[in-house]
Amino acid sequence: MSKIWSFHGGIHPPENKQQSLQRPLEALPLPSRLVLPLQQHIGAPASPLVKVGDRVLKGQPIAEPTGFVSAYLHAPTSGTVVDLVDHSVPHPSGMTAPCVVIEPDGEERWIELQGVDDYRSLEKHELAERIRHAGIAGMGGAGFPTEIKLHLSDDHIINTLIINGVECEPYITADDMLMRERADEIIGGIEIAAHLLTPTHVLMGIEDNKPEAARAMTEAARRSRIDIEVVVVPTKYPSGGERQLVKLLTGVEVPSGKIPADIGIVVQNVGTLAAVYNAVHFGKPLISRITTITGEAASRPGNREVLIGTPISDLLAHAGVDPNRLTRLVMGGPMMGYALGNANVPLIKTSNCIIAGAADEFPPAPPAQNCIRCGACEQVCPAELLPQQLHWFAKGREYDKALNFNLLDCIECGACSYVCPSNIPLVQYYRHAKGEIRREQAEQRKAEQARIRFEARNERLEREKTEKEARRKARAEAAAKAQAAKKDDAVTSAPKADPEAALKAAKTAAAVARTKLKKAEKALQIARDSGESDLAALEAEVSAQQQKVAASEAALKAAESTAPAKTPDIKELKLAAATARTKVTKTEKALADAEAKALPSAEKLRSSLATLRSKADAAQHALAAAEQSARPAAPAEATAAATADLKQLKSNAAILRTKLKKARKAIEAGDSSAELAQQVTELEPQLASAEQALAAAQAQQPPHTGPDLKALKSAVAIARTKVKKAQKALDEAGDNDDLRAELAQLQQQAAAADAALEAAQQATESP
Amino acid sequence: MALMRLSSPHVHRPGKTGDVMKQVIAAALPGLATLVWYFGWGPLINAVFAVTLALLFEAVILKLRRRPLGFYLGDFSAALTGLLLALALPPYLPWWTTTVGVFVAIVIAKQLYGGLGQNPFNPAMIGYALLLISFPVEMTRWAGPQEVTGAQLSFVDALAVIFAGQGLPDAVTMATPLETFKHKGALTADELWAQSAQLLAGLHAWQAVNLAFLLGGIYLLLRRIITWHIPGALLFTLFMVSGFFYGADPSNHGSPLFHLSTGAIMLGAFFIATDPVTAATSNKGKLVFGASIGLLIYIIRTWGNYPDAVAFSVLLMNLAAPFLDYYTRPRTYGHKQPQKGIKR
Repeated sequence: MSKIWSFHGGIHPPENKQQSLQRPLEALPLPSRLVLPLQQHIGAPASPLVKVGDRVLKGQPIAEPTGFVSAYLHAPTSGTVVDLVDHSVPHPSGMTAPCVVIEPDGEERWIELQGVDDYRSLEKHELAERIRHAGIAGMGGAGFPTEIKLHLSDDHIINTLIINGVECEPYITADDMLMRERADEIIGGIEIAAHLLTPTHVLMGIEDNKPEAARAMTEAARRSRIDIEVVVVPTKYPSGGERQLVKLLTGVEVPSGKIPADIGIVVQNVGTLAAVYNAVHFGKPLISRITTITGEAASRPGNREVLIGTPISDLLAHAGVDPNRLTRLVMGGPMMGYALGNANVPLIKTSNCIIAGAADEFPPAPPAQNCIRCGACEQVCPAELLPQQLHWFAKGREYDKALNFNLLDCIECGACSYVCPSNIPLVQYYRHAKGEIRREQAEQRKAEQARIRFEARNERLEREKTEKEARRKARAEAAAKAQAAKKDDAVTSAPKADPEAALKAAKTAAAVARTKLKKAEKALQIARDSGESDLAALEAEVSAQQQKVAASEAALKAAESTAPAKTPDIKELKLAAATARTKVTKTEKALADAEAKALPSAEKLRSSLATLRSKADAAQHALAAAEQSARPAAPAEATAAATADLKQLKSNAAILRTKLKKARKAIEAGDSSAELAQQVTELEPQLASAEQALAAAQAQQPPHTGPDLKALKSAVAIARTKVKKAQKALDEAGDNDDLRAELAQLQQQAAAADAALEAAQQATESP
Repeated sequence: MALMRLSSPHVHRPGKTGDVMKQVIAAALPGLATLVWYFGWGPLINAVFAVTLALLFEAVILKLRRRPLGFYLGDFSAALTGLLLALALPPYLPWWTTTVGVFVAIVIAKQLYGGLGQNPFNPAMIGYALLLISFPVEMTRWAGPQEVTGAQLSFVDALAVIFAGQGLPDAVTMATPLETFKHKGALTADELWAQSAQLLAGLHAWQAVNLAFLLGGIYLLLRRIITWHIPGALLFTLFMVSGFFYGADPSNHGSPLFHLSTGAIMLGAFFIATDPVTAATSNKGKLVFGASIGLLIYIIRTWGNYPDAVAFSVLLMNLAAPFLDYYTRPRTYGHKQPQKGIKR
């Protein structure tokens, strides 16, 4: 027999277990209605798989889990789904929750069950999946879905499996009865759990007030393939508490805020393991359980095998509960169970006991007296808290102090309230304080988020203000410089021989000459036709013009040859090609339209389309040729690349800016998610770095390959227009932060464009 | 059927605060009986008078505070305070002195702080300390054991002394052992005992009283009304400290037995210092609390101005109890270290 440790405190309330052990286990007759709450455990409620009017078979799944901590629900018998409705459920608040209501047909027709003979041949996850599909949730306490505890992730290595057969609460004998009657099923379940968890030790705790159960389990354990040690522990409440049992059997304490699995221990209730056995070997889902019905108002107390969803009123009737004597109906034990407001609630997977209490058995609590700090509570607290201090703190709403005194380690076992000579409802104070603390923490989180948001906004506004100021200064300086530069230019720079200008002039001259020649030729023709005199003069004029044209064309050629090898303007060509294409498509459309309407203009359109097409083709060709020639002719590949890079950088910066703007707008619109805040904080440095990179790239760009003046000029013009527009909008809209910010940005852009133009001008002029 | 909707737990251990107080009162009765046996009717008259006054004052204040009388008087805390004060007073104290003491204890030290459970200081000891400082003559006029002084006061005489202001006949008075020892001057202990044969003869009366209170205390321990921590630490510390000094210089210091069996030591250790309202809470805290009282008692008895020191020691440690509570918290399940102090 292994060593038994001890935990601090504990109490010995009257056990009152004998009353419900006088009769053998009985099955409750089929109720006329079954009400199955979709949520019978902690975690997420299941979502129904059936609708009203569906016929269901016994063991058929009727709801499936919706989350990680969620469980399947099965029809406890065959029948018809008559309702999907909010029904009152077992809960201290007496609230209602969604339930599936089944009317049994009395035939008890099972769905086809699939058990496995040798579960060891299954993969572990398959085995866990079977347990999950059986809808098994912890049957001793909070009803945590079992397969999660049996199929842990790899970072949990389990060394000890503890089976909880302690049942320390007074009155309850459901587990006692189960251990006496179905020891082999429990052992079978333990073997499956041990197969899944591969612990080195398997310990089973049973209180010494259940000698029969302990004997049955010891014998069954002897027959088992694995080594199961049945440990009889002294009767003391709350030995059956998970943390207390771990301490009792292993001497180890589960660290505060952790679960037993964190220290390599898994605790399972005996009822849960019997259910696991039935699920794996016979494929039976969890549709019934053993429930104790006891209390002085019950004339036939005992343990009943009940279907999940059976109304408590059915159980009370079967146990011969006298409604006139019944004053308190408790679900669970008298220490931690909760009082129900009526018997019209169903039994669920965690319902281990119903106490039908009479007035003399559960008298109303006497009025609380003052706490005299007698310390009785402290002597019995199994968590070694200072309950009376916690009570003062809870009463005085000093929740931070209560937290400091480890309020959250309270397991609400009720031992302190039980012994308090002043009848102070201590546990109620702690529950209230815990609720308040949770509420406060939620509020704090909210406030913290709001604070971060507010600070970020202030920071942004401040930064924008300083940036604006800086931009204003920069602009003023640039303007002053430009003024000075202009003056300088006016004084010093004489008109220079500009080959390009000369070329242009030559072109114009040639064109003018050609026009003049045409005019002269026309005049000569008219004169000839009309037979007027002075033909000779006109002929002379024409020939003179012809000479002029020849001369100007020669000059043009000369100018062209002297002009620097000018790369064809790809942009212009592109634009031309695009325009031509657009015209073509437009015309095509018009043509189609005309043809459809059989308009006479169709013919005309067709011919013009043909010309347009040829023009477009020509433009495209020219563009292709220009591009081809531009590539080898480009002064340096690097500059082209640089231009491309610059473009890339610019678009990057623009994208980031837009993103940032959007995020900020969303935040200002009230979306306070932490994600957005984070996005803003992430984007800001990114944008900054992008802008920096862009500036660097611009600075590196050699001046002579810099953006052409025309483009810059138009950019400046556009920026100015935008500024003007924004200014106008702002004036109209009045005080608007968004607009103001936009204006500031536009002004900045305009200033930048100005500066760029200036720089470009200087660069082109100075060499 | 009207079902009651109450929060768990649904069962409760029988027993109320009133029962606790009643048991403490019962445990103090052997001590009172012993006092009456050795010192005449005075202690009994004192006790009945003080308890009556305590209930009266409590009732008046409760009335003023508009609290239900029966509910609060039924907790017997006022009665216990009156009794404990009476047990600490000289046997034939004039009635008005007792009245002032009870008034201060119940009205000022207890009810003005908010009633039961809210008072930082032991009410009986506040009453006692106030009387000792304010009326030193009355408070130091002790009667000797009847068998030693040979003078017996009848019940009527005792009433007359207490209520009619007749004054205690000199034949009845006698200095207490602690007082005598305190004022022994240059004499060694042996010389002192040789000189005061009467005192030596009466010493067993004081010892018997202390023994009676010890028995009452053991009863409280067995009934789990109190834990061993405070009286154990108190008596052990007093024993060790007095033993140390006695061992070093027996001629000038009382023996440990002398210290443990005279004055109000057992009453203080089991009935006064264990008042849960004003003591430290945790077991560790109770040990420090009790040990400090033991140490203070020895220091004040030996080097202070007063022959006995239970009241002052207890009050001083009452002052320190909240602090002790913050620094002697138990280690909660699942925590590596006990928390200390208070974080804000």
